[in-house]
Amino acid sequence: MKFNYRIIIFAISIVFAIVYSVPSIFQTKEGAKITLGLDLQGGLHLLLGVKTDEAVVSRVKSIASSVKHYTEHNEILVDSLSITASTVDFTLLDHDDAKNITKLFADMKGVKVDTKGDTYTISLTPEEIAKTKTQAVTQAIETIRNRLDQFGLSEPIVARQGEDKILVELPGIKTQEEEQRARELISRSAKLELMAVDEGRGARVSTLTPLDASNMGDEILQDAQSPEVKHLVHEIPILDGGMLTDARVEFDKNNRPVISFTLNSEGAQIFGDFTAKNVGNHLAIVLDGKVYSAPVINERIGGGSGQISGNYTMEGAQDLAIALRSGALLAPIYVMEKRSIGPSLGADSIHASMMALYTGLFLVFAFMMFYYRLAGVIANVALVVNLLLIIAIMALFGATLTLPGMAGIVLTVGMAVDSNVIISERIRELLNQGMSLKKAIQGGYSNAMSSIVDSNITTLIASIVLYVYGTGTIKGFAITITIGITVSMLTAILGTHGIYDLLEKKVDKADDNHLWFGMKDK
Amino acid sequence: MEFFKYRGTLDFMKRANLAIAISMILSIVAYVLIGTKGLNYGIDFEGGTIVQVQYKQEAPVQKMREVLASNHLYDGAVISKFGSDDEVIIRMKTSSTNVGKDIGDITREMLKPTGDFEIRRVDMVGPAVGSELRTKGITAMLLAVLGILVYVAFRFEWRFAVASIVSLVHDISIAIGFIIFFNVEVNLDVLAALLTLLGYSLNDTIIIFDRIREGIEGSNENSFKEVINDSITRTLSRTVLTSLMTFLVVFTLYMFGGEIIHPFSYTMLIGVVIGTYSSIFVAAPMLLWFGFDVTKYRTKLADAKKRDIEKDKMRSQFEGGVV
Repeated sequence: MKFNYRIIIFAISIVFAIVYSVPSIFQTKEGAKITLGLDLQGGLHLLLGVKTDEAVVSRVKSIASSVKHYTEHNEILVDSLSITASTVDFTLLDHDDAKNITKLFADMKGVKVDTKGDTYTISLTPEEIAKTKTQAVTQAIETIRNRLDQFGLSEPIVARQGEDKILVELPGIKTQEEEQRARELISRSAKLELMAVDEGRGARVSTLTPLDASNMGDEILQDAQSPEVKHLVHEIPILDGGMLTDARVEFDKNNRPVISFTLNSEGAQIFGDFTAKNVGNHLAIVLDGKVYSAPVINERIGGGSGQISGNYTMEGAQDLAIALRSGALLAPIYVMEKRSIGPSLGADSIHASMMALYTGLFLVFAFMMFYYRLAGVIANVALVVNLLLIIAIMALFGATLTLPGMAGIVLTVGMAVDSNVIISERIRELLNQGMSLKKAIQGGYSNAMSSIVDSNITTLIASIVLYVYGTGTIKGFAITITIGITVSMLTAILGTHGIYDLLEKKVDKADDNHLWFGMKDK
Repeated sequence: MEFFKYRGTLDFMKRANLAIAISMILSIVAYVLIGTKGLNYGIDFEGGTIVQVQYKQEAPVQKMREVLASNHLYDGAVISKFGSDDEVIIRMKTSSTNVGKDIGDITREMLKPTGDFEIRRVDMVGPAVGSELRTKGITAMLLAVLGILVYVAFRFEWRFAVASIVSLVHDISIAIGFIIFFNVEVNLDVLAALLTLLGYSLNDTIIIFDRIREGIEGSNENSFKEVINDSITRTLSRTVLTSLMTFLVVFTLYMFGGEIIHPFSYTMLIGVVIGTYSSIFVAAPMLLWFGFDVTKYRTKLADAKKRDIEKDKMRSQFEGGVV
């Protein structure tokens, strides 16, 4: 007997298929398994956009804060310090301070300073604006990832998509309520600001419009507890959450949860300076544009720590502490695409597609067996190996199985036996011409080869294009159909040929064309 | 078992004119439908929101409509049963950008008085993503056709390539016509089905073409028409069997695969039928009309072979040191 390389390759692939598909099929503890897509296991898929323009605005604001702190610290008198969408403007009262103020600019990066007499305009360079925007996205990804890691969901995915989009995938979300809580957590800007209350004009706050306030360099903010209460604060904050090092849930005297935060040394310094100079005034603790409390400053506060009190539930306080700890979002995020599937629907989809797979498989099995007899049985063996190989390869590469992917597998069942139909038809043709079974088999395989390869390659072209241009779950379809067709060339052509080679002795003696290829006359 | 036993060539080309007439009518109807009614784009391509709600009892559709009517967000929303009596789907053209609280959350709160339910799916696609997906979809379709064209031209001959593309366009057009006629919502999975269809329909065509090429090169038949008829007859058994089996599995997918996969399996179901038909009655007659001359082709082949032999001879003479 000559060396039967076909059956050896086929045997190796059977072993490979079994070893690597068992973990996925029987869900064993060890071994690489197929990941189920969110549409099958349930979960949340979010494509988020980032409002990067607002990151630029807050960058401008923080420049204004440092100008303010620097001038106050160095006793430089400035007038009409104000901010626009992209610039910080101020005027020096004393021309002699010009030298001192340039020292401040030397420390600033990515800004352009224009002077007109003693009026200064600080604006960001175009490169700095671009950099700020990219950073906003990078920072948002890190922040969201941090928050989700602390939220305690299994295997969240947070990744950049394109230039300024963020993909978030959360498998294993069980209820709509849980999903909403996760979404609120990641979208919270968690921007903490400590702001000075405008003591002089504060009493008139109810008569002012936002425009009036802005003209005076102030801002009207809502109270977090009672929305009808308004606070008038200086629009340039004393410091912001960027200088925060920690935030934890603690309890106040009445055993209600509060969040206590700690500032870094620079923040503590600024905070200390400010409180020392403003004893008797109010300090507003502002979170996401709302005033949570505005206590009176009794003395200089060193150490740099403070408290946010609101009517928090334990859960709410924990989420907020997570958000503060993991940092503020430099720019707000918004939903571009959302797909949320409940776990029960995912389970239904698995059930339905398995049902389709079994029925389809049964029909094809039965048909091939009745129509081609032994040849059909051999083709069915190849088909089973084909399916196991799809699972094994997907598990090995950690590919994701989606609902369209399941459809792809079902479709593969129909398409993979095509090769065997072509081959068997060719063999029957040769048998009809009176050829011996052995010769007909050899001839059938070689005649069928070019048709099979050509037709499979065109299907592959279409599915590869689909893989490259498809998004989301559709990629899963392209994956299964591509693997299915490629593998079918191994199983349906090489594998079945190997089986005939193995049965060589029987083929030699055989004269029953009905038994072997289901033909009517022998 | 044998359905078709080869008992001589069947004259398929005799029926070609009738087939082309049917194809023309179907295509024209398809284009009229595309021009007038247009495709019913789903949220993937148009943007919008889908909320799938399952009730513990039969879904109170009327009550849902009343409750949702009080909010402008649901203007133009369509509520319809989805697969079973206790499951409904709410379709909206609007989408929201708020991450923390979206249409799904609002719907959940608003529907509270209507009974005991579970929200099983919320799909929301913003307009920007929708138009991006549409561009990508059209690019994918064109690239797939182009790739196939290049491959067929490389493996066969330009006339074969053009004939297969014509039949592909024919298949896709008619499939789209059916999609519009039965008001199937066009989402990403329908696009995937159409692309699969491209590959599948070509499968059949190529197998017949392959046989035609074999007939041209291997037989003594000089009439191209007879070569085509003979090739189709000899592959008929395979064509019908494979199509039947693919049809069966797609049909099980349609029957048991669940409501979500319906648009996909429906498109495939139509496609399998049209694809099979077009390989026999569109692609093959096309070749005939392109005026392919069998004897010329054979002479060309023979010439090429002669040149090869000549070359070999020269080479061996050169190597043998004769020249």
